[in-house]
Amino acid sequence: MTDALTNGGSPIETTVLGADEIILNMGPQHPSTHGVLRVKLKLDGERVLSTECIIGYLHRGVEKIAEHRSYQQFAPYVDRMDYVAAVSNGLGYCETVEKLLGAEAPPRARVVRTILTELQRIASHLLWLGTHALDIGALTPVFYCFREREEILKIFEKYCGARLTTHAFRIGGLQYETYDEFETDVKRFCDDFSGKVDEYETLLTENRIWVGRTKGVGILSTADAIALGVTGPMLRASGLKWDLRKAQPYAAYDQYEFDIPTGKNGDTYDRYLVRMEEMRQSRRICLQAIENIPSGPIMAKVGKVLKPPPGEVYHSIEAPKGELGYYAVSDGTTQPYRVRVRPPSFINLQALDKMARGALVADLVAIIGTTDIVLGEVDR
Amino acid sequence: MSHLIPPAIAPFVVPVICGIVLVAVFPLLAGYIVLLERKLMADMQARLGPMRVGPHGLLQPIADAFKLLIKEDIIPQGADKFMFYVAPLISVTMALVAFSAMPFGPVFQIADLNVGLLFIVAVGSLGIYGIVLGGWSSNSHYSLIGALRSAAQLVSYETAAGLALVSALLLAGSLSMKDIVQAQADQGVWFIFVVPIGFFIYFVSSIAETNRAPFDLPEAESELVAGYMTEYSGFRWALYFLAEYANMVIVAGIATTLFLGGWLRPFPGNHQHLIGTPFELLDALPSLLFLGVALYCLSLVPRQPVQVQKLFMAGVAGACVLLAAVMALTLFPPFDAAREGVHGAFWFMAKVGGYVYTFLWVRFTFPRYRFDQLMRLGWRFLIPLALVNVLVVSASIVVQQNWEWKHPVVSTVVTTAIMLAVAFWLAEEGAKPEPAPQPADGE
Repeated sequence: MTDALTNGGSPIETTVLGADEIILNMGPQHPSTHGVLRVKLKLDGERVLSTECIIGYLHRGVEKIAEHRSYQQFAPYVDRMDYVAAVSNGLGYCETVEKLLGAEAPPRARVVRTILTELQRIASHLLWLGTHALDIGALTPVFYCFREREEILKIFEKYCGARLTTHAFRIGGLQYETYDEFETDVKRFCDDFSGKVDEYETLLTENRIWVGRTKGVGILSTADAIALGVTGPMLRASGLKWDLRKAQPYAAYDQYEFDIPTGKNGDTYDRYLVRMEEMRQSRRICLQAIENIPSGPIMAKVGKVLKPPPGEVYHSIEAPKGELGYYAVSDGTTQPYRVRVRPPSFINLQALDKMARGALVADLVAIIGTTDIVLGEVDR
Repeated sequence: MSHLIPPAIAPFVVPVICGIVLVAVFPLLAGYIVLLERKLMADMQARLGPMRVGPHGLLQPIADAFKLLIKEDIIPQGADKFMFYVAPLISVTMALVAFSAMPFGPVFQIADLNVGLLFIVAVGSLGIYGIVLGGWSSNSHYSLIGALRSAAQLVSYETAAGLALVSALLLAGSLSMKDIVQAQADQGVWFIFVVPIGFFIYFVSSIAETNRAPFDLPEAESELVAGYMTEYSGFRWALYFLAEYANMVIVAGIATTLFLGGWLRPFPGNHQHLIGTPFELLDALPSLLFLGVALYCLSLVPRQPVQVQKLFMAGVAGACVLLAAVMALTLFPPFDAAREGVHGAFWFMAKVGGYVYTFLWVRFTFPRYRFDQLMRLGWRFLIPLALVNVLVVSASIVVQQNWEWKHPVVSTVVTTAIMLAVAFWLAEEGAKPEPAPQPADGE
């Protein structure tokens, strides 16, 4: 490229050094792509011109597997999608099949499900907070978050024997009764947890560097969020008060009081605040729920062999990361004809390019962190 | 003994011995700083840190060094081999050379240059060549971005650090490291109490200069994997690591010498005696400290699970007793000559340790700056502040000298108040919203 300058009337030819765009491959092996996400970045210096997500490194064909398993057999597989929020996945699937069967879990089962799912939401958000802070360079919060998450996992372990991929629920209700100190354990956790959230907030919320790194970064307007189908805390941080727990109550959510936090600017900082508040609200729900767990059976009469009548059902729940939907088609046999999952991570990830354009590489890391994706769910 | 050494080489004997000791001991010391860092980090993060190799992980640095030595030395395809080989050497050599003018006490110094400070700062900044060349020669985008960030960062923050040093130099009136400490002894005050803002500026800039968090952008692991050393493995990688820790000790040494009174004992005017002995309490403090550590180690001995670990722990306690004995021995009159050297080295290392500890503490607490924020902090806050600081400090010196106005406390308070006002004003200005960055064009 040449540029004409004038020097005393006579033009001089000068050559402007060419600055090429560079392509940077982030991932699939990278410390902050949360698993095996691969992002192809087009960079101008450090500024991101465009991003291209390349996914599928963790594809296991979960939906196809469903077609060759009975309804009960497929239930443990859904835990392996969003493996940091397995309980929520299980809840969504069990309720979908119950809808297909026309059955309903008994009240006791529904309350226990609600408690465990809310604990799982806290655990999932804790993991998000730890890794998000780590991405932005704060080394310490991750250990505090894991310390509290550990308490939740211990409750899961005591309840069903597994910590991560719990398979906590069964179609029609629960497999296990709650153990003896279940209420005390949950109560103790909730009592401790309130102070712990404040502790994380003292480390981060007012921190100048944290605010500088997150405020105004990765802005997603309400209109864009709706157009892209973004759900969950990301949508709420963009200003829309939409939460399936309130909009289409499932499990026992209609019995409890809780607020839906929303943000104003739709930036990374707002998403951080929204998720922090959601943890407090989940704690509130847990505290209300353990006050009064109804007695009674924990399993509806659904029979040993499940043969739903032919038909189709779409059911969605508010998973920690957004709307987790299952679309199940039955052909009247013991195996589903088709199960399609609407994973929140996969759809929220579509907003990455919108948020990352014009940002710096360091911002991109913050934006991937704030999207809160789990690749097991994105790739399925 | 001195008659055994030919006069021609006599002046070189002490420096050569010091040099050999430094080169031989420093890598080990750096290893233990890493262990200290990991232990401190663990302590702040509610965990234990290395516990496996040796009692309480005390042999971890040696195991790590051994592991790095036997690792495969991978050279990426398309790398500039020669530069790839040489780059870590440049970094580590420059870092070690900078030690040659560092006074670890009145005796242990390889060369007392009359431009000592300039020399250390100059050689220390040459180490950046190692980083830039290493990043460039790796033929990797991550390394390249890391190297460029490092270069830009060093250029910006050297300026602020240099200006901060000038404020202390004005007070000392010399560039020789020894004379700077002597000036603080003569004036009876460490310069941190005269120019606290200068020390603050140097502290922040030195974190940035050594690429430590929250300014560790050149190696930001969550963004650039490992920045300029992404492609390095094995011992070459260890050399970069060594250089980083050496640089940390160097900046801590500079700060100690200029602001914290170098090897001087705190409270030189305090002559309170240790009860029942003719020794001053503060002189006896190092011995007591080492004795305390020895006792703590002894108390840990029975808790070690294996016989070997018990013996090792007892050995550590023994070493501490030995150090305490050496420290105590020099308090007796026949060893007067050695006292200054040994105790000076102790106080110097203690201050360096305190400075490095603060470095580590900051690292575990704060998130990382973004590159543009880092640059803004440097150019819009620290450099103007450092410039004003130099002006204000020189003005106060001129006032004191020309008008014979002898109220050092008042002048310190006044200059610091002025500087704080400037700092707050600059911070306010900096907090004003930036014009939005040019949005990138669509595809």
